[in-house]
Amino acid sequence: MIASTRDRMQLGLLLGPATVFLAVFFLIPLAIMVVTSFLAPGLYGGVEWEFYPHNFGRIFGFADPAFEEFDPVYLEIFLRSVRIAVLTVIATLLVCYPAAFCISMMPGKWKSFCLFLIALPFFTSLIVRLFVWVLILRQSGPVNGVLLALGLIDQPLDLIYTEGAIILGMVYIFIPFMFMPIYASVEKLDWSLIRASQDLGAGPIRTFVRVILPLTAPGIIGGSLIVFIPALGNFIVPAILGGAKVMMLGNLIEQQFLSARNWPFGSALAMMVMSVMLVTMMGFVFVSGRRRSSMASLSGGQRGAQ
Amino acid sequence: MQDAIVELAGARKVFASPEGGEVKALDNIYLDVRRNEFLTLLGPSGCGKTTLLQSIGGFVRLDAGTISIDGADMTRVPPHLRPVNTVFQNYALFPHMSVEQNVGYALEVRGIPARERREKVGAALVMVGLGGMEKRRPNQLSGGQQQRVALARAIVARPKLLLLDEPLSALDRGLRHSMQIELKNLQNELGISFVFVTHDKEEALTMSDRIAVLKHGRIQQIAAPREIYDRPANPFVASFIGVSNMFEGSIDSGSLVMDRGETLQLGRTLQDCKGRATAVIRPEQFSLSFEQDTRAGIDVTIDQVIFVGAGFELYARTRGGRELVVSAPASARDDVARAESDRRARLIYVPANIHLMPGEGGSQ
Repeated sequence: MIASTRDRMQLGLLLGPATVFLAVFFLIPLAIMVVTSFLAPGLYGGVEWEFYPHNFGRIFGFADPAFEEFDPVYLEIFLRSVRIAVLTVIATLLVCYPAAFCISMMPGKWKSFCLFLIALPFFTSLIVRLFVWVLILRQSGPVNGVLLALGLIDQPLDLIYTEGAIILGMVYIFIPFMFMPIYASVEKLDWSLIRASQDLGAGPIRTFVRVILPLTAPGIIGGSLIVFIPALGNFIVPAILGGAKVMMLGNLIEQQFLSARNWPFGSALAMMVMSVMLVTMMGFVFVSGRRRSSMASLSGGQRGAQ
Repeated sequence: MQDAIVELAGARKVFASPEGGEVKALDNIYLDVRRNEFLTLLGPSGCGKTTLLQSIGGFVRLDAGTISIDGADMTRVPPHLRPVNTVFQNYALFPHMSVEQNVGYALEVRGIPARERREKVGAALVMVGLGGMEKRRPNQLSGGQQQRVALARAIVARPKLLLLDEPLSALDRGLRHSMQIELKNLQNELGISFVFVTHDKEEALTMSDRIAVLKHGRIQQIAAPREIYDRPANPFVASFIGVSNMFEGSIDSGSLVMDRGETLQLGRTLQDCKGRATAVIRPEQFSLSFEQDTRAGIDVTIDQVIFVGAGFELYARTRGGRELVVSAPASARDDVARAESDRRARLIYVPANIHLMPGEGGSQ
């Protein structure tokens, strides 16, 4: 069916604003960054307008020996960022999955109260909340204080400015993001299916693996994606809880742009973060797409005519 | 009792009502389900029939009393270890599995190898008339087909007992009727006991070997369908199973004297009864007459005549203002026409056929 001119105009008017918005605020900046990542850094900041692939070489080991040198530290930072993001996903999952079941089984009044509690941290500034963790974890903080008083340790532990501190902070700020999609899928879970599984002879473990897990998988996948992507490029948590000792990609990029004034290298790093995210996302989309096509959507509506 | 597959003794279950009170869902229930029996639990909603079914399945833990299945005590045994399968009201098919995986689930759980499983699943699907649908997903099936998959899934592992929780309530009328007959045939074919829950009296009368009528967590009567219909134990059963004309009064020298001075003649076997009682006359036990003769009868005025296809329903009123329902077969159409034009008639009944119940009861 060919749309009439009138229909096309209407469609154009409806799509126009969003298209313009995306072009101006997303595509153009992205293009600038792609171009920048292939230019040579200027001596005092800015860029030299010549093709220069060695920004990526500095990360992967084919650097221009005259000017840049390969340093495995960048790969280390990259791997550490991925590791921290993965551990954050696992930890938030372990906290949120059982919590979602607990809350979904509560009576109505308690349920909304708990959901309110989960959303409560958003009412305070992220920076303030992270600095509170600094106070808690530092050498003269309450954790070390209690351990010293109990005589479990002689010297205060270095709790802060470690990878552990970063993961703790990440888990803390990303729990609501993991919780919401999981809770949505748990709430949608049809409990009569669990009864059916038991009725057919399946014990608790098999019921969990064969029925509960597959039916809540969309929530787990969604939550993992929503946590992994911002965790990988996170800047604020390592800046506050990692200090100068433990650096992640986000801090490295910030440093390249603001302190080192090496915009092309910063852009190259940013491109890398983005490509990892893109690959992860497409992987998830592919997996959930296959799930969907093979089961024609979980809650699927259309019942054949009788 | 040797031929009982399930025995419930003194089963009690109390739920807290939302108002803070207590609801007795099961009140001292004694029930035997016989081998190869189609037993129906019938009652209005909230009568405890579903709770009773779930306590056999293991989903409701009894406050008191015992359940044994095939001679083994099952009172504290969790659902997955009971030799019982259920067809759920909403079917509860696993949406993420194919028809084959759904039906084969009970076999998979029991560790039956894939080849044998496939054969048994195929046979079960053929039995319910769904051969060749193995690869479909539940949401690609119609309501009736989903119903059959649920049935196949519940019978594939040959349970000792099949529980059916209002499985036909979501189907349309025509399909429901054919499924009723199929279910009955399936039960004969499988040779296992079915316990069927419904609130539909016609369904119960059509399929059951025995019907247990429940109200407020108590069994009001348990008997074969005809027995229940012809000789209800109390006014509740009488009114719940079909339309009944009920007459309350006290027995006095061979007749039932009602409060407004009307009388009903009773058969000889009931001559010696005493005290308050309620008599039942089914709508089809009346026949229409227009002559004053010696036969026992009630003079009525006719309020309304309704054509119901196979016959007629007449809404009549006695002189004392008592409302009666009469059903007349299509063959009596001349009498019905006359009653409709005269707006009065005499309802003839056979005193020997009147069923008398002790005590009083409200009509519903």
